[in-house]
Amino acid sequence: MMLTSILESIATFVPETVLVATFCVTLVSGLIARRKPAVPAALAFVGMLVTLWAVLQQAGTDRTIFSGLLAVDPFAVFFKGIVTVTTLFILLFSYFSTEVQTSVRRLAEYYALITAMALGMFLMAGANNMLMMVLGMELTSLSSYILAGFTKEASDSSEASLKYIIYGALSSGLMLYGISILFGLTGTLGFADLNHAIANAVPNYFALLVATILIIAGFGYKISAVPFHFWTPDVYEGAPVTITAFLSVASKAAGFAMLMRFFKVVFIDTSVLALPAGMWASLYGFEWNKLLAVLSVLTMTLGNLVAVWQNNLKRLLAYSSIAHAGYMLMGIVVLSDKGLAAVLLYFIVYLFMNLGAFYVVMLVADRTGSEDIDSYKGLGYRAPLLGVAMAIFLVSLTGLPPTAGFIGKLYLFAALLDARWIWLAIVGAINSVISLYYYARVFRNMFLRDPEGQATPVSIGRAQTVLLLVLLVPTLLFGLYFSPLVDLANASLVMVGVR
Amino acid sequence: MVTLTSYLILSAAMFIIGATGVLVRRNAIIVFMSIELMLNSVNLTLVAFSAFLGDSTGQALVFFVMTVAAAEAAVGLAIVIALFRRKQTVNLDEINILKW
Repeated sequence: MMLTSILESIATFVPETVLVATFCVTLVSGLIARRKPAVPAALAFVGMLVTLWAVLQQAGTDRTIFSGLLAVDPFAVFFKGIVTVTTLFILLFSYFSTEVQTSVRRLAEYYALITAMALGMFLMAGANNMLMMVLGMELTSLSSYILAGFTKEASDSSEASLKYIIYGALSSGLMLYGISILFGLTGTLGFADLNHAIANAVPNYFALLVATILIIAGFGYKISAVPFHFWTPDVYEGAPVTITAFLSVASKAAGFAMLMRFFKVVFIDTSVLALPAGMWASLYGFEWNKLLAVLSVLTMTLGNLVAVWQNNLKRLLAYSSIAHAGYMLMGIVVLSDKGLAAVLLYFIVYLFMNLGAFYVVMLVADRTGSEDIDSYKGLGYRAPLLGVAMAIFLVSLTGLPPTAGFIGKLYLFAALLDARWIWLAIVGAINSVISLYYYARVFRNMFLRDPEGQATPVSIGRAQTVLLLVLLVPTLLFGLYFSPLVDLANASLVMVGVR
Repeated sequence: MVTLTSYLILSAAMFIIGATGVLVRRNAIIVFMSIELMLNSVNLTLVAFSAFLGDSTGQALVFFVMTVAAAEAAVGLAIVIALFRRKQTVNLDEINILKW
């Protein structure tokens, strides 16, 4: 009985199985083909392509596997897709990155750990039980601690790694303590059972609040929300650019997936029917969305204000990614399907614009050896394509038309106004204006300032140009033609066990 | 008499000591020890609740927490060693190239 259920579950566990196989094969290939670093890279890439295929096969599935531990539903499949596409881009970035290719000695382990991290994020996206939540988060975190410090020669890399693991371990400790209190209150770890237990017997309200705040600490660390963001700037600056880009998109997406599923499945009152379609009610006045609203305001305000003072572009993008986590939290605060769909849509857009911005930083840093904003002076003339591309990515991150970032923000703000969260929308709008200021500093350096010293032209190869265009074209195209994305986001809202 | 409350008070105390240790101690090794203390207070809470509720799910989670703690300690100490080779220190105040 147990065995048949496990065997049946494995049939819907194909993407994760492929990832595990890719991890093992990549690791072993590094031992066999010692002198050929391209072999593990190619194996990891092919493995991720097979994973993408397996994820696409899961489209339309809506069930739980392994006795309710993991959910395979359109929501999980959407985030697995985001993670897989990001991983494919990161593997290509790593292949082109001089920093990774020259200073990493054991490249096979580097690629293997990237696939291990992808596996952890798949488990986070599907976690339907607090045990799975912890395991997925820890697998992702442990791989990323190692990857953040992978360029051992750079001392700020291992420093970043140490800061990362201390904050990471602290917040996973806080989260686990929250989970243990929640288990004590309800006697269960599964999301659906938690919802029934809390809805049927009102537990100690204060203990529930403390447990929720502690669990939010764990989520907040993963999505780098203030005040759990302290690791973000240091790790983003110290880690290799490829890993920074990976953390800023995939890890954040997986953290958001877990957060949204946890709150939507556990803390929504499914018995309230007198609501307009697509709106939800929180359980008996336990207004967890107010907690997230506070978090959202703090996150975007601090992210944007501190970004103004940064001189290192990687660090600036780190603070901008903190601010983006704040914008995306707004979509969850409103308690509506529209808000959630807006967050999903934002992630598709964010994937292209943020990876694009980090890719340009990587290409420029590999050629000029500097990530300072000052070294971007005159870039628009030294490398016109790079300069224009960077400008478009930054405009998109600001959220101005005609780029994809505008569409993402538009739907977020529409959802906010729809649910009458006017003050939050105003705070969000003010923050977007602040963000324009520091992004504009980069434009000014690229196009209006003359380069200091000798103005060496920066040139990139043909393959790098193609990859840049693959990121650039969607950023522009999705700003004009976005209805398929909206449909995809709306179709991906289905979570197992939620009406 | 030893009741559930006694266990919970003990584990809360352990948790607070651990969390304080992470925040105030400046030696990386002691910080990792404090993290272990936090995770073990979680285990104590889970086992106590599990025994009190007569539900073994909590004890299953404890096994995973122990595994995670071991993995985290291994990675953490490896990182401390990598950093010590460069800087000859495990004092967190002296590890500060990166800030605000």
